[in-house]
Amino acid sequence: MNSELASARRIIRLGFALTAIALIAVAGVYVRALMYTPIEVRQGAAQKIFYVHAPAAWAALMAFSVVGIVSALYLWLKDPRLDLFAASSAEVGLAFSVVMLTTGPIWGKPVWGTWWTWDARLTLTLMIFLLFLGYLTLRAALSDPSERARFSAVVGILGLVLVPFIHLSVYLFRTLHPAPILLKPSKPSLPDSMLATLLYALATFTLLYIGFVTTRYGLARAVAAQSGREGTDA
Amino acid sequence: MASWIRLAWLIAAKDLRVELRSKTALLSSLVFAALVLVVFNFARDASLVSSTVLAPSVLWITIAFAAVIALNRAFNLERENASMSGLLLAPISRGVIYVGKFLANLAFVAAVELVTLPLFVLFFNVDIWDSLGGLLGVMALASIGFVAVGTIFSAMVVKTRFAELMLPVLLLPFMVPPLIGAVQVTTRLLSGRPLSEMLGWLRLLAVYDVVFVTLCVMVFPALVDE
Repeated sequence: MNSELASARRIIRLGFALTAIALIAVAGVYVRALMYTPIEVRQGAAQKIFYVHAPAAWAALMAFSVVGIVSALYLWLKDPRLDLFAASSAEVGLAFSVVMLTTGPIWGKPVWGTWWTWDARLTLTLMIFLLFLGYLTLRAALSDPSERARFSAVVGILGLVLVPFIHLSVYLFRTLHPAPILLKPSKPSLPDSMLATLLYALATFTLLYIGFVTTRYGLARAVAAQSGREGTDA
Repeated sequence: MASWIRLAWLIAAKDLRVELRSKTALLSSLVFAALVLVVFNFARDASLVSSTVLAPSVLWITIAFAAVIALNRAFNLERENASMSGLLLAPISRGVIYVGKFLANLAFVAAVELVTLPLFVLFFNVDIWDSLGGLLGVMALASIGFVAVGTIFSAMVVKTRFAELMLPVLLLPFMVPPLIGAVQVTTRLLSGRPLSEMLGWLRLLAVYDVVFVTLCVMVFPALVDE
């Protein structure tokens, strides 16, 4: 039991270290974005929020995929640590999707002239936010740890399968969101300096996500170790 | 395979028999559907929004809400007297239990839809006679998918506090693709558009059904096996 607590402490320390490095790198992203990256001609300074918005969206989607994949692994291997990891990823993903959903409208108002529109990608990200909320609400409503792990794993898997359907069905409406600029068949349509800043931001947010999840996972492990049984409480 | 279907049907028939004896859930779902339709009628300005424009959305929102109410019932039934344990002790696979529950829920939601449709015609003055076959088809196609997911979630939420509140929170996101498809197809059906304009949506609905029914049969054992 003590060794369990000790290993949880090690995970938390690792998480803190990764988070600290990521936060320094994030500060670097903004110095670079604000001082060394050109201002976009048509959108002006509002475009700078893109360097927060896009990486936050990226991290939220990554968190969502991790929840689904780790949930499937949990149902296969039945290792309670996987359940704790999926739950940690969902909490961190919820935080990133809040960042995504607040920075989006702030950019949308000056550039599109509206806070919100029912565009395919906006709807998809809103649904991901709501699925995170549903997943975490269900966890909070269940007291039996085994039930909580199994049920939330099922929600995680079904949610991951749902996402392409939501995207496809909403995409068949007209889309307003800027078209993909990075992951498209031809060359990315960004000037090199902006592209470099974006890629740097994506990398640092990935690291930030890993740091947050590691810390949260370590905390969940510590709580589980404290309450005596593995995976009793998170 | 034949006995598999027969066993699933036995479970479904048991559920439906219990329901037909008390009729509480069925009646309250039907009254609820009628009330939603009535309330919707007052939620629009009749001089600004014509009922034909609004009709498909009204129909599907009503069906979605009434279905959520109806689905709450599925595993509530098994909560009393630990009858879920009895069901699980039966020498049949978990998949059969799921399919039985799913069929009962589907019959239940279908009953609600079949009563909602004439009320909808009555209240919103929509002519559905020419497109009746198509409408029933799209109702079946859209319902199979969300009832499959709803059956899984109703098995979960009976274990939670506030089960009646938990089910819509989990299920409504999963209703979005079937609802969008159903509203699109219904709109085209009611305005007499050719089948080719609906084919994409129908395909989406069919793929959704196949994927989620399969997935739900696969994950159901994880819900009931300790």
